[in-house]
Amino acid sequence: MRGSAFIWKRIVFAVVTVFVALTLNFILFRVLPGGPVSQISRVPNASPALKQALTAQFGLDKPLWEQYLLYLQQTLQGNFGVSYMNRQPVFDNLVEAFGNTIPMVATGTILALTLGVVVGVISAVRRGSMTDHLSTNIAVLFYAFPTQFLGMMLLIIFAGALPSAGMNDPFAMGGSGWDSFLDTLKHMILPVTTLALTLYAENALIVRSAMLETLGEDYILTAKAKGVPRRRLIRAHALRNAMLPIVTMVAMSLGAVVTGSIIIEVIFSWPGIGRALYTAVLKRDYPMLQGGFLAITVVVITFNLIADLIYYKLDPRITT
Amino acid sequence: MTLSLPGAATPEAETRLGFWPVLNDVLHQPAALAGLAIVTVFVLLGIISPLIEPYSVREATCAVFEPPSWQHWFGCDDGGIDVFSLVLRGGRISMIVGATATLIAIGIGATVGILSGYFGGWVDTVLMRITDYFLVIPQIVLMIVIAAVWGPSLSHVIIVIGALMWTSTARLIRAQVKSLRERVYVKRVEALGASHLHIIIRHILPQIGPLLVANTVLAITVAIFNETALAFLGLSDPTAITWGTIMEHAFDRAAVSSGAWWAIVPAGVAVAVLIMGCYMLGRSIEDGLNPRLKVSYLSLHGWKLRPLVGRGPDAI
Repeated sequence: MRGSAFIWKRIVFAVVTVFVALTLNFILFRVLPGGPVSQISRVPNASPALKQALTAQFGLDKPLWEQYLLYLQQTLQGNFGVSYMNRQPVFDNLVEAFGNTIPMVATGTILALTLGVVVGVISAVRRGSMTDHLSTNIAVLFYAFPTQFLGMMLLIIFAGALPSAGMNDPFAMGGSGWDSFLDTLKHMILPVTTLALTLYAENALIVRSAMLETLGEDYILTAKAKGVPRRRLIRAHALRNAMLPIVTMVAMSLGAVVTGSIIIEVIFSWPGIGRALYTAVLKRDYPMLQGGFLAITVVVITFNLIADLIYYKLDPRITT
Repeated sequence: MTLSLPGAATPEAETRLGFWPVLNDVLHQPAALAGLAIVTVFVLLGIISPLIEPYSVREATCAVFEPPSWQHWFGCDDGGIDVFSLVLRGGRISMIVGATATLIAIGIGATVGILSGYFGGWVDTVLMRITDYFLVIPQIVLMIVIAAVWGPSLSHVIIVIGALMWTSTARLIRAQVKSLRERVYVKRVEALGASHLHIIIRHILPQIGPLLVANTVLAITVAIFNETALAFLGLSDPTAITWGTIMEHAFDRAAVSSGAWWAIVPAGVAVAVLIMGCYMLGRSIEDGLNPRLKVSYLSLHGWKLRPLVGRGPDAI
């Protein structure tokens, strides 16, 4: 298949998936019996005008199919309704929450990836040695601990030494921008460490087995016979070819990143999207819940699409 | 006139891949044995837990957050309930949740994988499209939404986990069945007039057996993780005692700020040990099925050639 055809196919798939998620969302929240149904206008303490506006926007007095069309139209325009909790538009809440989540999760994920690749490559190259056994077993250990357990342990151990909740010190008044940046950085240490520790292990194990597979290929033997230096053999011949499963792994681990970050944000009171989702569940804030679900789904689908495109760049032979 | 069938005289290369030979091979690895031992001990403890719990799991038997002592090995939680008893009982329920959810997931995954790999064509296209969607949608978030809409209950948790976790199994089994479908012996039985059901049960299932076992064992780890995650977010039945709810209660009721690590550590370590056991067992079986991993040309202790089994049309 031609390259552009492949890319188009993936883009269409991503768009259709978003559409499926939208529909699923509609069914879950409005059609299923016992669900919170179309109560999007039931914002507590809302003015009658707001209720009327929401009823009109989402056509709550109209038949279901018409509601569905209106829901699609409103959602595409970024109108997810109004949060029950703070009576702000859900969209604004989500933007703010994502803004807080991204720096923490991105740092954690990049750390986990780097650590995972380094550890995985070293243990694959020294297969069967003490280093390999040690690093693999440590990785399995970290893989085995639930995220909330690691988080709570770090909290107990470092409770006094490092800030344990939130993004900023609420009592630090009048500091300059640089000070508050440093403060946020300090608050990031524990959540980022937890995320990196829970994620690196799986990465290391996958990199190790991907590397082991390539190290068994005949071209490695050829390269070795040719006298390619060991370092170059590992970097250019083996790791290059092991990149494909690694890219897949990164895309697949996005789900784990999302899960991990929800739990971590709850533990460390990080005001991000995961905590927003958690609070929405606790307070039965359904507009927020469905908005958060949609937003996370769209983000994950987008990253999957990016992974597909990287995959294509790495291996243009790919057809499906 | 005699009809000579292709490959009739040569011994089947596949026979060595049957269920028991692979299992036998795997059980000679120390990691697999350790994993099996761990899983067995946990299952036994889970079965006899009501008999060996030293204290009640519902009534207070000591002071709030009492530290570990000779009477209470793991100390007490926020309600003065013995943590050792709680963890034993929690293990029983967590393992039931994990196993049931896994069975649902493996059942759906194997069915989808076999149908899709065996029949191919439009069946394959439709089933794989559905699988693709389930793969991309962030499952834990969907679980949260569904659990939140349905209300917290243990059976909801089981169904939600089981119904969302089957995708990777389906893909794996599909690939395997697709290659098995092309093997000579399957073609031969088909030519002899065997029904699809007969071929699947007698000739396909035994071949994918070890892979399914490995996948089941690994899936249990994911199911138990998901249970603890859902419970931590308060979406499991709050009255049920599972490893997840034990950790959730501890977090909710300020075990962290009171420094009562003993209310958290036993349940967390129990999850970790069980998951390590499952992981070691599952990975050993998987690795045993992949002869490509046996060779590394970079090995420090000289090198050997990759066995021919793993190459060409015989590649597994």
